[in-house]
Amino acid sequence: MELFVTSLLNGVTYGLLLFMLSSGLTLIFSMMGVLNFAHASFYMLGAYFGYAISTKVGFYPALVLAPLAVGSIGALVERYGLRRAHATGHVSELLFTFGLAFVIAEAVRLVWGSTPVPYKVPVSLDGPLFTLYDATFPTYKAFMMLVSVGMLVALYAGLTRTRVGLVIRAALTRPDMAEALGHDVPRVFMLVFGGGAALAGLAGVIGGNAFVTDPGMAESLGTIVFVVVVVGGLGSLTGAFVASLFIGIVQTFAVAVDYSWHGMSISRVAPVIPYFIMVAMLIVRPRGLMGTRET
Amino acid sequence: MSPAARRRWIVWGGFAAVLVAAPLVFNKGFSLSLLCQMGILIIFALSYNMLLGQTGLLSFGHAVYYGLGAIISIHALNLVQAGWKFPVTLMPLVGGAAGLFFGVIFGYVTTRRAGTTFSMISLGVGEMVAACSLMFPAFFGGEAGVSGNRSAGGAFLGLTYGPQIQIYYLVAAWLLLATAAMYALSRTPLGRMANAVRDNPERAQFVGYDPQHVRFMMVALSGFFAGVAGGLSALNYEIVTAESVSAATSGMVLLATYLGGIGFFAGPIAGAIVVTLMQTALGSVTKAWPFYFGAMFLATVLFVPGGLASVAMLHKRLWDARLVKKAAGVYAIMAVPSVVVLGFAVLLVEMAYNASDESRSAFNALGITLDTTANGTWIAVIALTIAAIAGWRLAWRVASPRWSELGAALAGDRRR
Amino acid sequence: MIVRSPMRAACCALVTLFATAASADIKIAYIDPLSGPMAATGEHGLHELEFAAEQVNAKGGVLGQKLVIVPLDNKLSTQESQIQLQAAIDQGVHYIVQGNGSSVAGVLIDAINKNNERNPDKAVVFLNYAAVDPDFTNDKCSFWHFRFDANSDMKMEALTSYMKEQKKVQKVYLLNQDYSFGHQVARAAKEMLAAKRPDVTIVGDELHPLAKVRDFAPYVAKIQASGADTVITGNWGSDLQLLVKAAKDANLKADFYTYYAGVVGTPPALGDSGVDRVKVVTYWNPNSLAANRTAYIDAYKKKYGAMADPYTGSMHNAIDLLAASMTKANSTDPAKVAKAMEGAKWDNAFGAVEMRATDHQLIQPLFVLTFAKNDAKARYTADGTGDYTFKQDVRFEGPATARPTTCKMQRPS
Repeated sequence: MELFVTSLLNGVTYGLLLFMLSSGLTLIFSMMGVLNFAHASFYMLGAYFGYAISTKVGFYPALVLAPLAVGSIGALVERYGLRRAHATGHVSELLFTFGLAFVIAEAVRLVWGSTPVPYKVPVSLDGPLFTLYDATFPTYKAFMMLVSVGMLVALYAGLTRTRVGLVIRAALTRPDMAEALGHDVPRVFMLVFGGGAALAGLAGVIGGNAFVTDPGMAESLGTIVFVVVVVGGLGSLTGAFVASLFIGIVQTFAVAVDYSWHGMSISRVAPVIPYFIMVAMLIVRPRGLMGTRET
Repeated sequence: MSPAARRRWIVWGGFAAVLVAAPLVFNKGFSLSLLCQMGILIIFALSYNMLLGQTGLLSFGHAVYYGLGAIISIHALNLVQAGWKFPVTLMPLVGGAAGLFFGVIFGYVTTRRAGTTFSMISLGVGEMVAACSLMFPAFFGGEAGVSGNRSAGGAFLGLTYGPQIQIYYLVAAWLLLATAAMYALSRTPLGRMANAVRDNPERAQFVGYDPQHVRFMMVALSGFFAGVAGGLSALNYEIVTAESVSAATSGMVLLATYLGGIGFFAGPIAGAIVVTLMQTALGSVTKAWPFYFGAMFLATVLFVPGGLASVAMLHKRLWDARLVKKAAGVYAIMAVPSVVVLGFAVLLVEMAYNASDESRSAFNALGITLDTTANGTWIAVIALTIAAIAGWRLAWRVASPRWSELGAALAGDRRR
Repeated sequence: MIVRSPMRAACCALVTLFATAASADIKIAYIDPLSGPMAATGEHGLHELEFAAEQVNAKGGVLGQKLVIVPLDNKLSTQESQIQLQAAIDQGVHYIVQGNGSSVAGVLIDAINKNNERNPDKAVVFLNYAAVDPDFTNDKCSFWHFRFDANSDMKMEALTSYMKEQKKVQKVYLLNQDYSFGHQVARAAKEMLAAKRPDVTIVGDELHPLAKVRDFAPYVAKIQASGADTVITGNWGSDLQLLVKAAKDANLKADFYTYYAGVVGTPPALGDSGVDRVKVVTYWNPNSLAANRTAYIDAYKKKYGAMADPYTGSMHNAIDLLAASMTKANSTDPAKVAKAMEGAKWDNAFGAVEMRATDHQLIQPLFVLTFAKNDAKARYTADGTGDYTFKQDVRFEGPATARPTTCKMQRPS
């Protein structure tokens, strides 16, 4: 029983972290149809900027400044790189973000070295929050969950209740019409890309000190984020939320379970299960769970 | 003989001649290994271009067919060692058969959709196979891989495939065969319909061909040739490890193919050669080589999306239109500023690597020792770089109208 | 040559300008990753190798010749390693040093065996400083291969001998990376615990994919649910760092017995979460050295910084043995030097060591240490930190760690 409850808690936490990461990607994909391979790289940049800023000024300023920095980099990337690649087609866009991910990882290695940097959880948030059975649940994880849910609420409210959100949603489904009505659609695209990058950066600031901050972090998390976006539905924020929780819980329970199938224990393959789910989803229902568009 | 047929003979004959003569020119042991590596990557890249360039399918998991072909080949090689009577010369066919088999299985699953969905599925399948390869050590050999002996099974016409030169000629022979086969395939109705499906799948449907079926056939056949490359790699290295199915290998073939140019059949050949050379040459000279690779890839995507082949084609057209002198003029203006800007960019990158390196070894640039930790050095170099970029833009302002003139002349030339 | 974009050509030419040339004398090639994700470990090894060679050269070199290190980046790829081996042989190198990755080591042993058989005048000797797969000194042993690190079975021997005396070890959980090394560690742990402490129960035997798991909380939850008081793990790098972090977060009350808590990058990342909880088995315990045996360490720190720790002592042993054997054989010919190397016995800073002739495995003292907060008593801190150090739990003399071998070595006549 205690393993069940602990696993549920862990699964939800992990799922919410995944959502923090993938919310930005869903936004970008909904807007521009670009599957941004460099999204996890923005996450990594956020973590490194968070580290650099928090050692100089502190963690709480870093929470604000680092995402802003990453967001501006994202906007620049869209303006000068992605837009150019867009002119030559979908394949060029994908390849551009693919190359960008690679270059960002190498640039990080250039500046901060290959070993992990000692990015630590701030003392005010360190320590256990409550004790469940024998295990403690760290305060910082609760903070992460809070930020993640806050992100969902803010994004949803922003997109459905504000004027800016209205324009963004219009540009999603009918970009030509929105442009004809006088809205600067390319600038909207740039802001959305920057916004998505900023969200990833925020996830990085928060996730980087809970997990290890090293140049390999983008690679290891990058593909999982795609799984979430694809499974949740290309274009749906709620879908991404549901998919993140689903994958987080499934993966955690797969580890906790002591069941073997034909000699292969489920817990051994647990981290690979999301890929099976993604491939299955793409075959059976390419739109994803709650998607509004296919590719 | 018609001029077209004569040209064909010259091109293919020249290709074969180069393959035969190469080891006579580059005859050190290391160069032979490099040539073999190039040959294998060429076949692999050509097979990838069957998907990317000809059918418009961007796959992120092509190493699956290559790696699985290699694994099956090495197991077959071990069977030959244990007594199975099968000529080692035909081992790449075993790899090809394995690639075809997995191409059929995964192809059926992945080609239900095209575009981004296909890319994502290929990514997922690639990740799955890569993860499984470490988990099933009996088949995949685990981290240590599966090793074999290419001299197994006794000599064939005096060839034991022990010395590297014999392996080179084996690779060269298969390269010639595979290239010819893939070229011929691109000119069959299937190859042409693949192009049609790439450009306008709806229209292809109206003409009566099922795009999914065409894509499926191309994936399966491309898997076959990737498997052939895998089989050759098994023979060349006598070991196959999990890295053959890894994401890094998929990324490498993507880079090589795209760099060479996906719009031309011979593009991936050039790309494979350049990438192999750069990896080895750059890798031994600077530790920042992955960064340069990435930067080069980005530059290609943004500025030269047609790859090296398109650059070559452009100059061929300039030559035909007798505009080379004019082009040389533009190059003369841009040469020095470009070299200077590049030099400073490289300097900045190398300085950054040196600064983040713990050993603080002395940094030498053209004989001048620089202290990479001092802020002053950085400010000076960055200022010089900005000045160099400004100089470049000045030069481009002079050269740009001439370049546009060339473009217009070429366009006019085409209308003739 | 096709005129590519002038930018690209310029880039290549310019980069060549920054290269440095190599010189003659005794060349030793270092084939390990110098770029990519494992670059830091490869770089560290290179520094230690260069430093060891410098110390020898400062005393006049070997047979009047200097030792020159030729670094070759294998990008952690087995195929690239073969190519670099060929490049080294072409450059007239007869001695290769490698250690990062047993897969690469295995490939090199095969390639070197074949090369030495087919081209005896280009023979190469392989000094393995860290690849710990036991096979290399058992079934896959080779006359040309010498291992200077205790293999994973020997390390488990030391760990389990220590555990034998620890009464608080009652329930053991095995958590390892899902590849050959992790499998070896799990197998050895089960075998040796069954022999030395039959009363101990193995309450879990878990494998996870290599370098893919970011959140170890589910694994820690499982360990807690099993009631284990001890965790044995071969995890290294981010896998170890994240595991220990998650254990601290969940307040897991268990000790971690590890192989690689001391390597570059790990001590700073462990931080407070590892204190008094993480143990490591290693041949490197600088705090146990008498004051007159620390000159090497102090000189190393002077060159590479106060927080740099020359924990790869196997490199030092390898170069020392190589130099001594060349002098003894009065030759730099690989076959003669190899014959002089096997069976050699000498004393290094930690005690008596022997290069066992039967399987070319170095037998040396091993320690079990605990990660702790630095206090004034410890003279040396853990690599990359100023606040943490390793405290000794126990020391085993070389013979106590030695294991029987199945090696049937084929020696050249």
